[in-house]
Amino acid sequence: MANRIVVDPITRIEGHLRIEAEIKDGVIVDAFSSSTMVRGIESIVKGRDPRDVWAFVQRTCGVCTTVHALTSVRAVEDALGIAIPPNAEMVRNIMEGALYMHDHAVHFYHLHALDWVDIVNALKADPKKTSEIAQSISSWPKSSIGYFSDVQKRVQKFVESGQLGIFANGYWGHSQMKLPAEVNLLAVAHYLEALEWQKEIVKVHTIFGGKNPHPNYLVGGMACAINSDGAGGLNVERLMHVEKLLKEGKEFIDKVYIPDLLAIASFYKDWGGIGKGIGNYMSYGDFPTNGYADLSSFKFQQGIILNNDLSKVHDVDHRSTEEIEEFVNNSWYDNYAEGKDKGRHPWEGETNIKYTGPKPPYEHLNVEEAYSFIKTPRWKGMPMEVGPLARLLVGYGRGNEEIQGAVNGALSHLNVPVAALFSTLGRTAARGIETQLVANWTLEFFDTLMTNIKNGDERMANTESWEPSSWPKEAKGVGFCEAPRGALAHWIKIKDEKTENYQLVVPSTWNASPRDPKGQRSAYEEALIGTPVADPNLPLEIIRTIHSFDPCLACAVHLYDEHGNHISQVQNISSCDS
Amino acid sequence: MSANNEKRNTYYETIIKRGYSRRDFMKFSTYMAAFMGLENSMVGQIAQSLENTPRLPVIWEHYQECTCCSESFIRSNHPIVADIILDRISLDYSLTLMAASGHQAEAAKAETMKKYYGEYILCVEGSIPLGDDGNYCCIAGKSAKETFLEAAAGAKAIIAWGSCASNGCVQAAKPNPTEATPIHKIVKNKPIIRVPGCPPIGEVMAGVIMHVVAFGRLPELDRLGRPKAFYGKRVHDTCYRRPYYDAGLFAETFDDDNAKKGYCLYKLGCKGPMTYNACASMKWNNGVSFPIQSGHGCIGCSEEEFWDNGPFYERTTKVPGFAVESNADTVGKVAAGVLAGGIALHAIGANISKRKELMKRIKSDKKNEQDIDS
Repeated sequence: MANRIVVDPITRIEGHLRIEAEIKDGVIVDAFSSSTMVRGIESIVKGRDPRDVWAFVQRTCGVCTTVHALTSVRAVEDALGIAIPPNAEMVRNIMEGALYMHDHAVHFYHLHALDWVDIVNALKADPKKTSEIAQSISSWPKSSIGYFSDVQKRVQKFVESGQLGIFANGYWGHSQMKLPAEVNLLAVAHYLEALEWQKEIVKVHTIFGGKNPHPNYLVGGMACAINSDGAGGLNVERLMHVEKLLKEGKEFIDKVYIPDLLAIASFYKDWGGIGKGIGNYMSYGDFPTNGYADLSSFKFQQGIILNNDLSKVHDVDHRSTEEIEEFVNNSWYDNYAEGKDKGRHPWEGETNIKYTGPKPPYEHLNVEEAYSFIKTPRWKGMPMEVGPLARLLVGYGRGNEEIQGAVNGALSHLNVPVAALFSTLGRTAARGIETQLVANWTLEFFDTLMTNIKNGDERMANTESWEPSSWPKEAKGVGFCEAPRGALAHWIKIKDEKTENYQLVVPSTWNASPRDPKGQRSAYEEALIGTPVADPNLPLEIIRTIHSFDPCLACAVHLYDEHGNHISQVQNISSCDS
Repeated sequence: MSANNEKRNTYYETIIKRGYSRRDFMKFSTYMAAFMGLENSMVGQIAQSLENTPRLPVIWEHYQECTCCSESFIRSNHPIVADIILDRISLDYSLTLMAASGHQAEAAKAETMKKYYGEYILCVEGSIPLGDDGNYCCIAGKSAKETFLEAAAGAKAIIAWGSCASNGCVQAAKPNPTEATPIHKIVKNKPIIRVPGCPPIGEVMAGVIMHVVAFGRLPELDRLGRPKAFYGKRVHDTCYRRPYYDAGLFAETFDDDNAKKGYCLYKLGCKGPMTYNACASMKWNNGVSFPIQSGHGCIGCSEEEFWDNGPFYERTTKVPGFAVESNADTVGKVAAGVLAGGIALHAIGANISKRKELMKRIKSDKKNEQDIDS
């Protein structure tokens, strides 16, 4: 008899996510992923000035802030045939690169680490040994015995206060926590350091976009005019500030994030065989270096891998009505006029909310019918996983030597086979590997920007098509990007100078969606199948696999038995006499 | 350690346990007084308040939101967020940061709500959808409205983070399909501090919390419930580009010569003249820049219904019901007139060949003036 476990809210994510999983003999045999919050932004932007839409849709997410704004201005530029100046392309790339560095490091330390790191156990560590470990894996200067001893004392006092705050009821002492005390202490110290570091790298957005979160974008380029000989725009002082931030950011990635990732992963190699997923991976490609229209200039390449077969990479076409479709058969929206089992290309998409789930308060969802506010996108009818792992696998399959080198280097460091990539551990490792690549590229983009300015090109925006009166009566476009969490695209239709239709298909739509009319599971649900759960009352393993995707919606998991009864919490495991 | 431990350390105890001396503690109190802009005579009061106050329990809820407020909060530079959550408050529930998920997370919140009934601060990020009986946002199987009312009942005060909780923000823009509602329309019998902005500045968020922590009372609020310290002035009145506005010098399109010179962005839709916020004075991310400094007009994100007050790139005079601007326009017009006069006088002494060019400039300035009036 299978037990049904419900986890709701799943914390340390963006948004509201709920997982219901069936467990038999200590292993997950089925799973359902549901988003339980909706705002209707797609219908709110209808009828608005297309030049304003980036700001509305940017508010889809404040964690991966910028990517929806970027995708939106690209969609409008595509519809209106606007080519942006090379400087604007580089500034957008630099901002996106800074976002990768910020978002992935924060995910690793603040959203994901507490699944693997036992903070309370760090109190048992010998700071001298932690210092030795730190110095053996990195030349990062903060690695003295005194430093780790101070961190330990601080945690000790915090714990003794009896007010555990965000660490209350964590999974401390769980049988699946495998790090030695000394590595736990190292990770706790870097949790705190990363919390302080992250507020610095985002200043790149503040310089170019005026603020972070939610910096400003502009259809046609960027608003931050260059003035190399004036005080009114981007001058050398501003640019040197950006360079310093990027270099310091890269140093933290190289000397703290990557060594920690490899050190922690080496204790969890068994997770290279857990959380396998659907085996289909998709990347739209991003970081153009010769104009957004020239796909061959992208640092991340576009493509699709099917059934884990890296020898063949398929192309993806956003415009083809035969490729990307969204279904609503298991979602809380009105069915399309043509029927419950039909999909629609996003240009023809609709978002008419129709909640048919249980009335709150409820114990569990009725998964036989619609069970989520997320729609179900498919590529040629097939589910796709998107994200860092998909990007690296597509690059690997395309024969990108830089990506192949980075991936092979990590595999040999951990001494695991290529197959270990298709897993929970693989996703988490891929995120770190690509952060290092992107940190390097971002400095290249900065050099290109400086060279352009040196050569006298100070253009930052193309305003030829700024006035709506210059637009065609009707136009449609698609903007895409590789957000930190994966392939993201917006489809827009413009009519009479207004937004006629607007649809977003975001990374977590691909990964977290409910099943399609054929009953095929999406990535979250599939990846949970076969995951062992040591203690159904403390489903740490579910959270590990779900966090490996870096969900962009807040989740929740509750535990239920096969009759839908809530399993009571056994004990307060934060109690600790050490 | 035990979460059931009744004893809470005061700041003073925490600081002494961390190895600081009494002298260090007094220095810190002096620093805090300076940070809060207070007289020296207040130092003693702060020291006493910190000495005797255990870490303030805080419950932070997420409803219809994008988490930009939590992200902004962790960007705070003074104090930094690690110091806030380890030393100054006890953040007992936060979907973004807390280790526990699911039932364990809900249990932690329930315990704080019970143990510190009447003492904890409730922070709310996000609006609450009232449409369709609240089905549009559920957490742990309960509607946002239900969890909010539960948590509000025992709260000492409520902080409405950002424009979502304060004003409804993007999801409340027309046609507001989920009936997204700001929290002050749902709970009336509790003190509510509204901290609008999409998001608010990180140091403003930290400042609001530190005010409550250090002084043991709420900051002084304006008639809309916003802290006067941060929302007392218009962006326009504190903007370093204001002299260009007064002189009638404007960027006409993005990236034109005037934009490169850093002229006023009013004609490109800047909403600074109708927006109350600290962006131009405190700036963002520890003073690095703010939207106008980086070349884009203010979109007015801390004002009610700013999403529907657009379009963003249209001048505010075209927005119906915007009365304040007629005054600001007059200021700009008069100043522009003075400038044109100055050029005309100068033209008398200039040679004939230059005169044509100068006349052209005078004309364009007059046109500029007419544009402002139109």
